[in-house]
Amino acid sequence: MTTTSSEGVRAGAATDAVLEVDGLGVEFPTEDGIVRAVRGVGYRLGPGDSLGIVGESGSGKSVTATAVMGLLPATAKVRGSVRFEGTELLGLSDARLSDIRGKGIAMIFQDPMTSLNPVYTVGYQIAETLQRHHPDMKTREARVRAVDLLGTVGIPGPERRVDSYPHELSGGMRQRVVIAIAMANDPDVIIADEPTTALDVTVQAQILDALETARAETGAALVLITHDLGVVAGHTDRVAVMYAGRIVETGSVEDIFYAPRMPYTLGLLGSLPRLDREEERLTPISGSPPSLLNLPPGCPFAPRCPMRRDVCDRDEPPLRPAGRDGHLSACHFAEDLVGTGAEQVFDAVGADSEALARFADATSTGNREEDSV
Amino acid sequence: MSAPARTAATALPPLPGHGGTGEPVLQVRDLVKHFPVMSRGVVRRRVGDVHAVCGVSFDLFANETLGLVGESGSGKTTTARTVLGLEQATSGQVRYGGQELTELSRRRMRPLRRELQIVFQDPYASLDPRITVHEIVAEPLRIHGRYGPGARDEVRELLRLVGLNPEHGNRFAHEFSGGQRQRIGIARALALHPKVIVLDEPVSALDVSIQAGVLNLLMDLQSELGLSFLFVAHDLSVMRHVAGRVAVMYLGRLVEISPARELFARPAHPYTQALVSAIPLPDPRKERARKRITVHGDVPSPVDPPSGCRFRTRCPKFAHGLTDPERTACVEQTPELIDRGSGNPVACHYAETVRLL
Repeated sequence: MTTTSSEGVRAGAATDAVLEVDGLGVEFPTEDGIVRAVRGVGYRLGPGDSLGIVGESGSGKSVTATAVMGLLPATAKVRGSVRFEGTELLGLSDARLSDIRGKGIAMIFQDPMTSLNPVYTVGYQIAETLQRHHPDMKTREARVRAVDLLGTVGIPGPERRVDSYPHELSGGMRQRVVIAIAMANDPDVIIADEPTTALDVTVQAQILDALETARAETGAALVLITHDLGVVAGHTDRVAVMYAGRIVETGSVEDIFYAPRMPYTLGLLGSLPRLDREEERLTPISGSPPSLLNLPPGCPFAPRCPMRRDVCDRDEPPLRPAGRDGHLSACHFAEDLVGTGAEQVFDAVGADSEALARFADATSTGNREEDSV
Repeated sequence: MSAPARTAATALPPLPGHGGTGEPVLQVRDLVKHFPVMSRGVVRRRVGDVHAVCGVSFDLFANETLGLVGESGSGKTTTARTVLGLEQATSGQVRYGGQELTELSRRRMRPLRRELQIVFQDPYASLDPRITVHEIVAEPLRIHGRYGPGARDEVRELLRLVGLNPEHGNRFAHEFSGGQRQRIGIARALALHPKVIVLDEPVSALDVSIQAGVLNLLMDLQSELGLSFLFVAHDLSVMRHVAGRVAVMYLGRLVEISPARELFARPAHPYTQALVSAIPLPDPRKERARKRITVHGDVPSPVDPPSGCRFRTRCPKFAHGLTDPERTACVEQTPELIDRGSGNPVACHYAETVRLL
């Protein structure tokens, strides 16, 4: 798999891709103006590939996935191209899309309580998915398959659980049901949008295992959207980092984690407290992401970037090759990052040291006065 | 000190093996908090209890950060709130400055609130949207009668201290980002020069690039001002970074307490081991080569917790590593939080340290 962009960097023949996204743009008209939530996102998935899309809140990672599935509200303006096995999905009728959803591309959402229907049993909902794409399937047969699927995703006692309603299950169990539904029709692509964000860590580990099982069983390609860099490190082969509606860096997990070529990626990695080592200081990224309403020209990360130069305010850098094959970065000065760490680029700012010293003085003076009263 | 003279400090005996150095500032012993579960219908009867916190004991020392970590429903937030008297304790002791907090009336508690402050999790819900940031930070000063002639500058200084522009004091909370709001909450907590600050998931609502700045700020404040932090969080990586000692909670009980470095290097309780195993490392090679201890199922209901060891229903050791007679102890006896040879207190009959990272 490679990541394409509007600049058209790609490798391999176009025909073997299961999912190809090119120049995808999404705009939402609002009362205050047009919000450009996604601005030219492209990627390409071969059969069985896995791509992690990481980014912070508002980076456009979920909107991208929702646009691919054709699930955005009608007010959203979508540009570009989304091809599933060569068929253009943008502009397809809802009826035609329904044939592809579930069977071609399945989606797992963040909150299982909103993706499951509260008034039907989980068995009914799995059977419904099966029969939508296999109209000849008998209800009895669908039920057997549902029990089977629930067992596959690790639900204990699937023969009993098949008759449960979603509210009778825990959050982790519900998310397993959603995974069972996603794998029911043997999809070619599974898009998982923050599938474990609402869950506790021990349950998250179980759900990620269930997702791996689902992939192994179906051979599906995976798009895993998350804000957790750790989840991506363990579960996908390639990574795309999103910022302000664009992919700003993409490459293999090794490229992204060990040799980032975009200051934002470097900053994200430097911001992470780590379980496996003792870091003296974290290096936060100052400021906050830009508003996608009236985005100024230039690199959207420039206002927060310690490496910013004049050209950054003028021209938005395209996604272009950096480092190893297939590693792309949208930074004018990507090569300056070779061999640097976050601590060399970002300041480890904390409390204002002068104010802190004055405050410490005031505290000790205050304490002395109190004691003397 | 203008408050009535405090009774002579009657510090409780220290907890053996719990670590920590210096003088305990806050002592918690056998803290219990149950919430009643009422029946439905016209006549509502008490039909049970949510066993939120069950016999939690720890000391918080001067100039240290003690982490309280656990998953949702573990009782970590309830513990923190009960310690500050924001929830009435069902039983147990909380000793601060020679006073028993659980017995104090609201009026007698008030002067102590200057020294015991809290920062809440949700920076959107914990700041009054109708008053300016200046007023939010000044409010504790007004309540405690300290809003004197120099207070305007004092508030500006507080805003500067936490990394905000003091010129922005006349803005409202909604004009700030999540990270900036959390800084406002920290400035408010600092206004009265407290000795202890309870931080209830202070960074869990923030994106990582923002979270790092708030963590740096908190660590600077703690070390430079010699504050004591009770830091509640579910994120073990954050804990590892900020805490000197870490206490792990599961279903209302402490299961392990150790210096952070040792807890993560060689956890002894099967639950701690599972937690450490479950945290994904942002390092592809390490993450894919890791040894893991996994647990099955979900946390049981705190209304009817398992007998004996509360973790036994999910414990991989109970399931695969013990003989039937050994399991009897897990079912029948609540394991005490004591040193079992690992050098740190662990509440597991069969604790064994494991190297996972």
